[in-house]
Amino acid sequence: MREIEQMKHQFMRTLVGMTVLLLTGLAAADELNLRVGVTDISRQVYDLHMIIFLICVAIGVVVFGVLFWSVFNHRKSRGVEPATFHDSTKLELAWTIVPTIILIVMAIPATQVLIAMYDTGGEDMSIEVRGYQWKWQYKYLDDDYNNTLSFFSVMSTPREEIYNQSLKGENYLLQVDEHLRIPTNRKVRFLITAEDVIHAWWVPDFGIKRDAVPGMLNELWTIVEEPGIYRGQCTELCGKDHGFMPIVVEVMPEAEFDAWYSSKVSLDMARQETIGDALTHEELMAQGESVYGTYCASCHLANGEGVVPVFPAIAGSAIAQGPKGEHLDLVINGVAGSAMQAFGRQLDPAQLASVVHYQRNAFGNDVGDMTQPQDVINISNGQ
Amino acid sequence: MSEVIHADHHDDHDHGPAKGLKRWLFTTNHKDIGTLYLWFSFAMFLVGGVLALVIRAELFQPGLQFVQPEFFNQMTTNHGLIMVFGAIMPAFVGLANWLIPMQVGAPDMALPRMNNLSFWILPFAFGMMISTLFMEGGGPNFGWTFYAPLSTTYAPPSVTYFIFAVHLMGASSIMGSINIIATILNMRAPGMTLMKMPMFVWTWLITAYLLIAVMPVLAGAVTMMLFDIHFNTSFFNAAGGGDPVMFQHIFWFFGHPEVYIMILPAFGIVSHIIPAFARKRLFGYTSMVYAVASIAFLSFIVWAHHMFTVGMPLAGQLFFMYSTMLIAVPTGVKVFNWISTMWRGSMTFETPMLFAIAFVVLFTMGGFSGLMLAITPVDYQYHDTYFVVAHFHYVLVPGALFSIIAAVYFWFPKWTGKMYDETLGKIHFWLSFVGVNVTFFPQHFSGLAGMPRRIPDYPLQFADFNMISSVGAFIFGLSQVFFLYVIIKSIRSGQPAEGRSWEGAKGLEWTLPSPAPYHSFTHPPVVKDEEVLG
Ligand code: HEC
Ligand SMILES: [Cu+2]
Repeated sequence: MREIEQMKHQFMRTLVGMTVLLLTGLAAADELNLRVGVTDISRQVYDLHMIIFLICVAIGVVVFGVLFWSVFNHRKSRGVEPATFHDSTKLELAWTIVPTIILIVMAIPATQVLIAMYDTGGEDMSIEVRGYQWKWQYKYLDDDYNNTLSFFSVMSTPREEIYNQSLKGENYLLQVDEHLRIPTNRKVRFLITAEDVIHAWWVPDFGIKRDAVPGMLNELWTIVEEPGIYRGQCTELCGKDHGFMPIVVEVMPEAEFDAWYSSKVSLDMARQETIGDALTHEELMAQGESVYGTYCASCHLANGEGVVPVFPAIAGSAIAQGPKGEHLDLVINGVAGSAMQAFGRQLDPAQLASVVHYQRNAFGNDVGDMTQPQDVINISNGQ
Repeated sequence: MSEVIHADHHDDHDHGPAKGLKRWLFTTNHKDIGTLYLWFSFAMFLVGGVLALVIRAELFQPGLQFVQPEFFNQMTTNHGLIMVFGAIMPAFVGLANWLIPMQVGAPDMALPRMNNLSFWILPFAFGMMISTLFMEGGGPNFGWTFYAPLSTTYAPPSVTYFIFAVHLMGASSIMGSINIIATILNMRAPGMTLMKMPMFVWTWLITAYLLIAVMPVLAGAVTMMLFDIHFNTSFFNAAGGGDPVMFQHIFWFFGHPEVYIMILPAFGIVSHIIPAFARKRLFGYTSMVYAVASIAFLSFIVWAHHMFTVGMPLAGQLFFMYSTMLIAVPTGVKVFNWISTMWRGSMTFETPMLFAIAFVVLFTMGGFSGLMLAITPVDYQYHDTYFVVAHFHYVLVPGALFSIIAAVYFWFPKWTGKMYDETLGKIHFWLSFVGVNVTFFPQHFSGLAGMPRRIPDYPLQFADFNMISSVGAFIFGLSQVFFLYVIIKSIRSGQPAEGRSWEGAKGLEWTLPSPAPYHSFTHPPVVKDEEVLG
């Protein structure tokens, strides 16, 4: 008997010890837990997460405690005779009602946080977020929802790092060529949608995530107080490069943001002026290679071999070696009902001309003609 | 016609099973068909497991080492589809075939020829689905949830085969369910009233109704996909006025009951094993039946908790949050009843009991993470991360799968007339237990830290957890090969088993000799309360 008592004590001590260890461990090590984040909402979400988690742990300690107590004590090898009870309406009622009450206790703060999250409206600025196979487009909108500035944000982690040919950097898979920038302390509304398949836009530190669904506009908002760079990833399976379309948001002090924004807009305008200018073969090839690497290589591959038959090869392609007009037309307007997007809505005439020129004169394709921005402008104007 | 069947029946009654391959091809015997289902599901389990190991090998380290992203997506998709439709569901149908006639005191299933057909469809369905992996453009790569338009407009050409395979699986499940319902409702021995039925029979009766309710919904979803792909409709194509979100509503209206289809029979199994090894009657039988029925009902009104991030009005989010939280109540009742059954019992810990206790503990942990996922505002942070992966693997692997393994060990002597090797069984248990936790426990952490699911490569901060997970997966995978060894060894050289193979085992099946005769009860048995109520 003494022995059993001792074992019981030992057992309870270990159980309590392990629980305490687990909890302190969890609290101490950030990377084991949800992030607290940097917005009011994300902090509320974190607190809610901890409440629910601790309630679950408490229930678990009691329930598993009883179970293991029984496993240790009610064994045949201890000579225990089985009891014969098999029913108790009181108990059944108790363990229906008590959990229901606990659930109500959980539901109240959950409802409050959810309502806080749905407090849309009253925004200081709106940004349209559009998911594409496998990049994000950000459009800054004015009060009438006109697009004032837009750009793509594409992962910039080099292939060599992914294929283990060079050392992986600190922000491996979480870096993009152009950050989405927003100001501190302003309520920013995001209108989220997609061009092709469903994606999901998530910034863990803001505590917000929403699916980007083609044909649908979803709404999210945030107010960030701390300047900084916050990173997330696409969280809805969207095809081959689903793992390679990160989200990077740079939160800037308001004045800095305003300066960046106006310089960006004027740079854009300056580029519009010279967009139709003719380029040399070398210029076209250089710009074409970079555009190809950013916008086309995810499907057609850097070597132009494609992933046949899903993504056709450009090397040796009849279209890339055929009449220039048809090639341009396909790239500008895309192929409806396929993954080939209408790049006329994503790239400017100089980029379009150079990528088409590049495709016609790289990977062993050797058409030798020139494709100029003016060709693109002509096609866009229906000539 | 009925006379002919009658004559046939008498024939094989006298001669026992046919010899050779024909026995298996043309069999209408519930035990043979049960055996076929079980071996088939085990084969699919190994195939699905190999795909999982490809995934875990690639995720062992950051960077792409073994496979390309497009192939990785085919691995995750087919792993899910094969495990759900090829391993877990057929294994439960196999157990139903073996056990239900014996447990209700019937000679066989009610519709034996349909029984044969519903099994033999499956190898063709899965043969077709797996063959797509070798086709140009590859197999399904859009996740086992195959959300449109990734699975329609943007799908590889082989998607049509996938659609056809899903139709076949659905037909097989519906036929199996009709058979189970017909058997339970019509072939019970006199005196076996509904409220005296064994829990496994109850859970399967309810599961079969769930299947009949939702498999046609799945068939509808894939048919719409077929039309979108080949006949220019736009059910799910936004450009044509369709709605990709509608796909998800339809899919999860099938998919949520589907997850209960994979766990209710497990509840039944555990409700047999725990009383047997606690040598004590199941606590709260009536409340167990009602709990299963409530879970089944609730499973129809919670589907959109898989879609909290899709963009729903606040009222919708609240409704689905509350209804989902409610499921915790009947599930809790079941866990409390199992523990009360153990309480002050006289327990021994043979392999089936070990798996059953692990089921109760680990399934409950999956329940806790499920409750956390039900809380909409925090679900935004967990959704589509490894936290979800950890959650559903906890309810499906140490949940559904452990219950199936427990059932195999528990009824093995009844099926084969041999005892399995207890030491080997225990080794199998401990390997599986360690493997499953090493694999899936760290995934809670990588999920909370923000690792999305279904990615072939990941940022560096997730590296440690993924490495541990991969090691665990290989331990778990190898321990299931060991399971195969234990089973084959025991079939060949196990000690002869008694009719009542376990001291505390109750139920009509244990009144039969071991191995059970080819036709279980040719004369209705006398149903005694102390036998069927334990
Ligand atoms: C998301 C994947 C994807 C991206 C990114 C992509 N393409 Fe394509 N592309 C396709 C697909 C799919 C087709 C085949 C369309 C069809 O005919 O059904 C295609 C076809 C083509 C063809 C015709 C090839 C042939 O021989 O049929 C050309 C030329 C082409 N793309 C150019 C480009 C250019 C230029 C870019 C970058 C600006 C680009 N693509 C980016 C998917 C993509
Ligand atoms: Cu995406």
